[in-house]
Amino acid sequence: MARLALTLAAGLFAAGAPASAEELRPYTVVGDAIPQSLTGTSGDVTRGRALVVERSSTCILCHSGPFPEQAFQGDLAPNLSGSGVRWSEGQLRLRLVDAAHLNAATIMPSYYRIDGLTRVGASWRGKPILSAEQIEDIVAYLVTLRN
Amino acid sequence: MRIAACIALLTAMAGAALATEIPLSERRSGYSFMSADTRAMQDEDTANPGMLSVLDGETLWKRKAGTADKACADCHNDARVSMKGVAAHYPAFEKALGKPVDLEGRINVCRTNHQQASPFAYESRDLLALSAYVAQQSRGEPIAAGDDPELAPFVEKGHALFMQRQGQLNLACTNCHDDNWDKKLAGSAITQGQPTGYPLYRLEWQALGSLQRRLRACITGIRAQAYDYGSLELVELELYLMTRARGMPIETPAVRP
Ligand code: HEC
Ligand code: HEC
Repeated sequence: MARLALTLAAGLFAAGAPASAEELRPYTVVGDAIPQSLTGTSGDVTRGRALVVERSSTCILCHSGPFPEQAFQGDLAPNLSGSGVRWSEGQLRLRLVDAAHLNAATIMPSYYRIDGLTRVGASWRGKPILSAEQIEDIVAYLVTLRN
Repeated sequence: MRIAACIALLTAMAGAALATEIPLSERRSGYSFMSADTRAMQDEDTANPGMLSVLDGETLWKRKAGTADKACADCHNDARVSMKGVAAHYPAFEKALGKPVDLEGRINVCRTNHQQASPFAYESRDLLALSAYVAQQSRGEPIAAGDDPELAPFVEKGHALFMQRQGQLNLACTNCHDDNWDKKLAGSAITQGQPTGYPLYRLEWQALGSLQRRLRACITGIRAQAYDYGSLELVELELYLMTRARGMPIETPAVRP
């Protein structure tokens, strides 16, 4: 148990499986949202949940949420329960794509951005943290968090 | 007039930046965030795995090396006397090099210049053991690095690095270690990132490791390019961390989860 705790606590410091190199797809911000899907189709809720709790996605390093099976969750950020009540699909998409667009001082990383970053490590350079498909899966899942 | 306004603004901004710094009365070693078990391991020399390296270091201190065929002890005699308080003042300005060196760097300067031996590799068993042995002589001594005025520009650069967002996750040291040290990252305590116990034994590593190793882990954690061992940038960060920890007692060899 102690070992497990340590391994998981190493958290952030595990190298993630980065999204493969790709051209970022264009998107349009309307107000505080990106209304259109990045991929043109809607994401997969089950895959979205799996991605949110996967350590390499980094979400639950900072956030907690309705993930009773996850012993180690962060408390640097709001609990994700009820995200789908507080925010529309488009608002959630912009929060994932580029949270800094809404709040320049936020610590939440921009998951679909490759410019304006400093000294990115060689294995992550030129790639967004998550792919467009992964973002759509996560958005689809967050929308279902209604309490 | 305009210039005066600019200066006033800059001063206000500098003030705001400093506002995130941890007040003296709230400074806490990583020790105080640990479980009772881990603390007990650090407190009890016979249970502290770092003490094995300290003992190795004591042997190395007395062993002759290099073309000069001299041991550390031949110049510095009894480390318990000559090295007391020394680690609390590192990194220090090295005149001959025109830049600061950390304790490991200083030991290697002695290796090359005085023992005429090849420098130890960073993170090698011998270098960790010798630096643990030397730093242990400062246990309980208050950190007092950065006084030398020659160090000022290097402290400033270390501070700038600490504040700089970097990596794919676009985070700065300050985001975690000044602003969120009372919080948890995936269940693990984020500490203030105080450099009080190095080199230290980390259970996750199953080994003794240097402060540079820890800094490289944090830099890789935010998915930034880690600076090379021994690089000036890492020494500048170490130097800034030591000035930030001014007055806190040295704990080497500490234990961390
Ligand atoms: C390093 C910390 C960090 C990471 C990693 C992170 N977030 Fe956040 N997140 C925040 C913070 C802090 C906020 C609060 C708003 C702000 O600062 O902009 C936030 C806000 C949010 C919100 C809005 C919450 C609300 O209802 O107010 C959602 C949804 C969200 N994050 C989802 C995610 C998802 C999904 C991931 C992973 C793909 C993620 N976050 C990764 C720090 C983080
Ligand atoms: C996203 C959060 C985060 C960021 C950003 C971060 N760290 Fe850390 N840091 C941690 C965590 C978690 C630990 C492990 C806690 C522990 O056991 O001390 C840690 C440990 C440390 C320690 C060891 C403290 C001790 O008691 O031994 C130091 C020193 C440190 N960090 C300095 C830095 C520096 C310098 C930077 C920037 C280059 C940085 N950190 C960036 C989260 C972070």
